[in-house]
Amino acid sequence: MNARNEIPVKTDGVKTQINYIGQSVPRTGAKKLLQGRGTYLDDLRMPRLVHVVFFRSPHAHARIKHLDLTQARKQPGVVAVFDGHDVAQFCTPWVGVLGHLKGIRSAPQYAIAPERACWQGEAVAAIVAQTRRQAEDALDHVQADWDVLPAVTDMDASLEGKTVIHPDLGDNLCFHRELKTEGFDDVFSKADVVVEKIYVFSRHTGVTNEPRAILADYNPAENLLTVYQGTQAPNMMQDIFSRHLNIPESNVRVICKDVGGSFGIKVHVYADEMATAAIAVMLKRPVKFMADRIESFLTDIHAREHKVKIKLACTKQGDMLAFDMVDLTGIGPYSVYPRTSGIEGNQVVNLTGGPYKHQQYKASLDVVFTNKNVTCQYRAVGHPIAVAITEGIVDEAARKISMDPAEFRRRNLIADDAYPYTFPSGIKFEKLSHHQCLDQLMQLMDYKKLREEQQQLRGKGIYRGIGLAAMIEVTNPSPAFYGVGGARISAQDGATVRLDPAGMINVLVSVTEQGQGTEAIFAQIAASAVGVDVANVRVITGDTGVTPYGGGTWASRGAGIGGEAVLQAGKVLRTHILAVAAAILKVEVATLDMSNGVVIDKLTGQEHMSINEVGRVAYFRPDTLPMDFQSELTVTRHYTPREYGFTFTNGIQASYVEVDIETGFVKLLKHWCVEDCGTIINPMLVDEQIRGGIVQGIGGAMFEECIYSEDGQLLNGSMADYLVPMAGEMPDIVLGHVETPTKTSELGAKGAGEAGTAGAPGAVMNAINDAIAPLNASVSVQPFTPERVLSALGKI
Amino acid sequence: MSDRCMHTQFVVNGETVDAQVPVRMHLVDYLREDLGLTGSHLGCEHGVCGACQVMVDGQLVRGCLTLAVQANGKHVQTIEGLSESGELQALQASFLKHNAFQCGFCSSGMLLTALEITKHHPHATRDEIKELISGNYCRCTGYQAIVDAIESVLKQGASS
Repeated sequence: MNARNEIPVKTDGVKTQINYIGQSVPRTGAKKLLQGRGTYLDDLRMPRLVHVVFFRSPHAHARIKHLDLTQARKQPGVVAVFDGHDVAQFCTPWVGVLGHLKGIRSAPQYAIAPERACWQGEAVAAIVAQTRRQAEDALDHVQADWDVLPAVTDMDASLEGKTVIHPDLGDNLCFHRELKTEGFDDVFSKADVVVEKIYVFSRHTGVTNEPRAILADYNPAENLLTVYQGTQAPNMMQDIFSRHLNIPESNVRVICKDVGGSFGIKVHVYADEMATAAIAVMLKRPVKFMADRIESFLTDIHAREHKVKIKLACTKQGDMLAFDMVDLTGIGPYSVYPRTSGIEGNQVVNLTGGPYKHQQYKASLDVVFTNKNVTCQYRAVGHPIAVAITEGIVDEAARKISMDPAEFRRRNLIADDAYPYTFPSGIKFEKLSHHQCLDQLMQLMDYKKLREEQQQLRGKGIYRGIGLAAMIEVTNPSPAFYGVGGARISAQDGATVRLDPAGMINVLVSVTEQGQGTEAIFAQIAASAVGVDVANVRVITGDTGVTPYGGGTWASRGAGIGGEAVLQAGKVLRTHILAVAAAILKVEVATLDMSNGVVIDKLTGQEHMSINEVGRVAYFRPDTLPMDFQSELTVTRHYTPREYGFTFTNGIQASYVEVDIETGFVKLLKHWCVEDCGTIINPMLVDEQIRGGIVQGIGGAMFEECIYSEDGQLLNGSMADYLVPMAGEMPDIVLGHVETPTKTSELGAKGAGEAGTAGAPGAVMNAINDAIAPLNASVSVQPFTPERVLSALGKI
Repeated sequence: MSDRCMHTQFVVNGETVDAQVPVRMHLVDYLREDLGLTGSHLGCEHGVCGACQVMVDGQLVRGCLTLAVQANGKHVQTIEGLSESGELQALQASFLKHNAFQCGFCSSGMLLTALEITKHHPHATRDEIKELISGNYCRCTGYQAIVDAIESVLKQGASS
């Protein structure tokens, strides 16, 4: 059994009076963000900086007949104008495929489309000017003649393939996957009960408060490209700039300062950002691109456009036997580079039915091209779909066999002592805690009492519903996620921990910070491992010229992978500090320990010297140390999870809603989540990660939709028209935790960043459907707008 | 379009600005670009997200919907000035204590709204706080910690 008391930082070898692991320490190094003293990309100032803006296709699919930039070039302040052919001389195109997604295909994508635009908003020209205003003014002087082509916007029409977006590919299929367990047909055909339903998920997007931004500077004297970018993966971008701009990798430096939210939006290769870097090389000076809000809606990756047919077979006693699902997803005209747009659908196949112990599974996935903006990995990638379809059909089955949905789940969740466990889709679970989480949830929400309240209110014509959603979540990915498919994305992360002469601990980590508090938890881990006050730790991330090489922040990997590297480096630094102290004191190192930044006698606790005295002697007076002794007060360690493809987490959410059957409005009354992310490093930060994730999931379920017309025009490209969750509509969210540390690392931490988003849409959907079930109505198309609720109720 | 300018005089965080200001320039752009006060942020540039908020003569305004020339003759306070003066101290401490921010991009605007709540709605309930901060978009938190942080300051105010 993995248990809380096995957390190693509290056991032998790393004893310390201060242990910050598990403490709600206020984020270190974050006060600047509360005083307007952060440095987001647009806050940077640089001499000779010019601004680039893009002329974007107004059509979803059109060939450029004639593009005339001469008048734009003559406008005040304009420094240069470029079309796709110009930029292609400096930046090679890319194709977003991965080797382990067998058969995945895409077409070459250019930094600036040279001949044809494949979605509304794809850039076909760039204007560079002294100021952003001048560049935007000049946009009005671009002359473009278009040969408008038929746009494929419907997923089914795309699959049918009457109009093919990329003729070289022959059809519109990007990726297809099928899976069927042996004996599926037999079990399925003999089942007592089969329920079936189609669920539809609408496109939505990340809406980071800080839009995408990049500032690239090229120094021709050294052939050196420095890119400031709000990115989750600096080393991945370094590699990509290097290969596509033909600059040696070591000559590319990617620096990521403060980032105003990412959520997966800022981990992809964007054509306009590649163009900006190329233009910096072409002009040999710093160039900045800052997306405005309409550009964000048109070009930040979208996600989650799926239509899924799902069936669940079970016995009339309530044993789940088999899931069968068919998923169709439309990804825009290109598979996004380098992570591909096949991953989201692939995750739906991997994860559907995930919490349950059925043995049979059949799945089919079609990923098709369309003439809308591209889609790719966005917070909780595929999970919100997999959880909603699973939990939706589970509730349908419970209704069919007249079993309480909580009881139905209890009967079918994988037992807490069944691990390690291989799921029918092939994924492996190290150790999950579904039943502990369910039990805690039932207690936390007082399920029975809530059911009674619901019944009483129904008598008064008030329609309230309770929705449950059990979930699993991919975290701490191994090289199996991208590396094995040929993507040059590090699965390993590193930490360099250094004692500075004044006694401060300096920590450099390859994982990046976008607001999660990653740097703060690294400070907590380093302080605990070395044995110092957390106030004496400084953390630096987000600079490929400085930090160790690593993967960055995505797939809930920062704490589990980066944190383990910090722990290991910190532990070794502690022994190295003690070795210096032992040399100074002329005692055996085994007699010493560290406590609150002071070297002490292990047995008596007597204080020998402070850590800054160790630093002073080691750096400034090493002449006083023995001739054969060399201090090593900088330590680097790395960590890669390899035992499992992913370290899965689990949890369960519940939503309590009230549906106004006259207006179709849904009021979110309360939300609960019990989650198991292994060792919790900072409970306060984990809780707000989960809450933020839940609210983001609620956004997709209730409000957010990128609405396209049939001819591929985005109809709601502003925040006035595209609704996001604001405080007024959000319920209070009650959280509980189970801690099952992973044994794949000493720290035991799993990811916590995506679970909230994974489970919330399913829980909310089930709550709405529970509320309106007495009216024989149900909703299945997200987001659940008042219009869709009224339509389900047959009122419109 | 050329940049037509207008002579404009105003006070920003106690310092007088006397300049030819482009008439089409928004206040937040002027603060950020010409004065280097980058604490106010641009999230949507159409008045929805609230990241650009500043105080003009003590009134909370959207810096992206206000022209710089409209500040003529007025006093402007930004997150930098209100941090320096100490007016935001209790709220900033409470935001840190309750982890009422993650990426921090919304925080400048959110804190200014919170300051307005402490001044004009000192007895606001949790639901009222939620309603009052509903003009400020935060994508990171679930808003709950922000409500907790503001509520805690209101309670301190009530007890002091």
